[in-house]
Amino acid sequence: MAKLTLADLRKLRDEKQKSMDKRDPSNKDAQIIVGMGTCGIAAGAKETFNAIIEELDAKGISHVLVRQTGCMGLCHSEPTVEVIVPQMPVVIYGNVTAETGRKIVDDHIINKKLIDNHICDKPAMDIVR
Amino acid sequence: MGYKQYILVCGGTACESNKGVALFAALKKAVEENGLVNDVQVVRTGCLGFCEKGPIVKILPQDTFYVEVKPEDAVVIVKEHLIKGRVVSRLLYDKNQSKINVGIEGIDFYQKQFRIVLRNCGVIDPDKIDEYIARDGYKALEKALFEMKPQNVIDEVSKSGLRGRGGAGFPTGKKWSFAAMQPAGQKYMVCNADEGDPGAYMDRSTLEGDPHSVLEAMTIAGYAIGANMGYVYIRAEYPLAIQRLETAIAQAREYGLLGQNILGSDFSFDIELRLGAGAFVCGEETALLASIEGKRGMPSPRPPFPAVKGLWGRPTVINNVETLANIPVILLKGGLWFSKIGTATSKGTKVFALTGKINNSGLIEVPMGTTLREIIFDIGGGIRGGKAFKAAQTGGPSGGMIPPQFLDLPIDYESLAKIGSIMGSGGLIVMDEDDCIPDIAKFYLDFTVDESCGKCAPCRIGGRKLLNYLDAICKGDGTYEDIDNMKEISEAMSRASLCGLGQTASNPVQSSLRYFMDEYKEHIDDKKCRAGKCKNLLRYSIDTAKCVGCTACARVCPVNCISGERKQPHTIDSTKCIKCGQCFEVCKFHAVNRA
Repeated sequence: MAKLTLADLRKLRDEKQKSMDKRDPSNKDAQIIVGMGTCGIAAGAKETFNAIIEELDAKGISHVLVRQTGCMGLCHSEPTVEVIVPQMPVVIYGNVTAETGRKIVDDHIINKKLIDNHICDKPAMDIVR
Repeated sequence: MGYKQYILVCGGTACESNKGVALFAALKKAVEENGLVNDVQVVRTGCLGFCEKGPIVKILPQDTFYVEVKPEDAVVIVKEHLIKGRVVSRLLYDKNQSKINVGIEGIDFYQKQFRIVLRNCGVIDPDKIDEYIARDGYKALEKALFEMKPQNVIDEVSKSGLRGRGGAGFPTGKKWSFAAMQPAGQKYMVCNADEGDPGAYMDRSTLEGDPHSVLEAMTIAGYAIGANMGYVYIRAEYPLAIQRLETAIAQAREYGLLGQNILGSDFSFDIELRLGAGAFVCGEETALLASIEGKRGMPSPRPPFPAVKGLWGRPTVINNVETLANIPVILLKGGLWFSKIGTATSKGTKVFALTGKINNSGLIEVPMGTTLREIIFDIGGGIRGGKAFKAAQTGGPSGGMIPPQFLDLPIDYESLAKIGSIMGSGGLIVMDEDDCIPDIAKFYLDFTVDESCGKCAPCRIGGRKLLNYLDAICKGDGTYEDIDNMKEISEAMSRASLCGLGQTASNPVQSSLRYFMDEYKEHIDDKKCRAGKCKNLLRYSIDTAKCVGCTACARVCPVNCISGERKQPHTIDSTKCIKCGQCFEVCKFHAVNRA
């Protein structure tokens, strides 16, 4: 990518905003976002991340994008994972071990059911959107 | 397939013990009886906070938040809310209690947290600049470069009332204007990411979760003060934060958001990292600058202030990570918007790393003026194990211990100073009845003595003396003369030390003497430590009436000082006992006494 001009930056922002709002990057309509700060990684977020990807592959699911993000602030419940599925509420799960990560794929993504005992509250509203 | 609505029932321990289980069953039953099994899922959650108002029920997707819900209320919630779509207003959380002016965003809102600094943390992928840009990233820079003069930028920051989040709370706009007023020439912008308080990780998380917000803010600051070079001074112990910053800097350079002629303007600015070796004193600005210059990290007297004579003798602005992360939002939403949040003297929000004896430890951001009670009990979910709150320490080793009578004090820079603590960078450590106050004071002094650079006598000698007195008190050898000396030394240290480290090092001692003198008295007069932390003051003995002679204690004792026949009461030879406490832990009959 070459250096941006002001017009380039604005165009890029518009495009990316649209794709983020649609939550539809590269034709995937659902997302699993794993908190990968030092805190999350120390609590096993990398294992969780890998388990989710393996489970998605094993079940032949291709419409889910798995992403990383920074700390969601819920240190008491690391690793934390946010799940965005169309027609379902956006949910943050806490204490997501590799096993619970696989459960997210099976129950939440496939069966469209929320998982007991792992839901955390969203800490605050979003001031950007 | 798929549910239309979800009932979330808090499954945290506080709510569970508060009839949460019965409520969960009642809601499930009500859903079944009304034939909604295929439309509504009842789910148990982790702790949702607000434990004092439990049990909590939340309805999705409407995001309705019900508090103090009883099992009897289940039918009403299902019939009214789920079937008829009518909110059960008597169970709602009182929205007027929110510290946030609802008018700011016009959103109904029960959360105590308000995220400006952490707006992107846990939302974007920190390794992807495009995601930052999509969330209005670099829009503030755009605005500054093409719509504002440097002076306008400084005015907007001044108007916001933003004060330094590193601890001392100096007005950011004023700091910038001092540097801007210096004659044009080489100037520098430095980001202080030398976070070193025990238990504090706000800056690390911000840099790991949203590195571009800090880079963007530094570039804006560079434009405002006339600097073309910036340094992030970050400790080498933060490898992930360093890695993400390096990625972010490379991406910003590639996009031309750092480097020559940013976005085609005539402003040029670049940023480099400087890694610190982990000395606490290097968080002090003059020591930090010395360290960047390759010298030993030691403070020097101010004035001259860095804004006049800083890095390599040139005007330099040093801002903390959190301070900077506020800047893009202030420019985009306006200083006025920002100044509406918080208290009269302290604007905006504060990020805290909430740790210690708390149920929901975490990284939180609340408006200035939030009370400790809201932070500890509503957001933090209360004290672990239902124990009693004893004190909270803000500001790490530079702060003071805050006793229970100030739980309802709205916290800002001034109110904390008034009660002998400081805002500090945001460590917030909660202590319960099992923590011994003199022992905690000793822990902090131990830290500051270790980290003192030794340049000035008040800090070098005073800190050591304080530590020695505290050590004696915890061993049961303390006297009231020691207390008097501690007060005098503390006073001298805060007045005569060269830098903030020494000036504030006695705060844990001063505040604990002020609020917890009874515990010091117990250690001195009765040779007693009520928390059972000070080993030398403990005595273990076995209650012969309760002891069944199971031998568990004798087997676990590392020095074999417990004797007795099987099925006969045992005894502890206190001359040999090393007070490790293992017998106390292992006894199932509560026969081991600790006094």
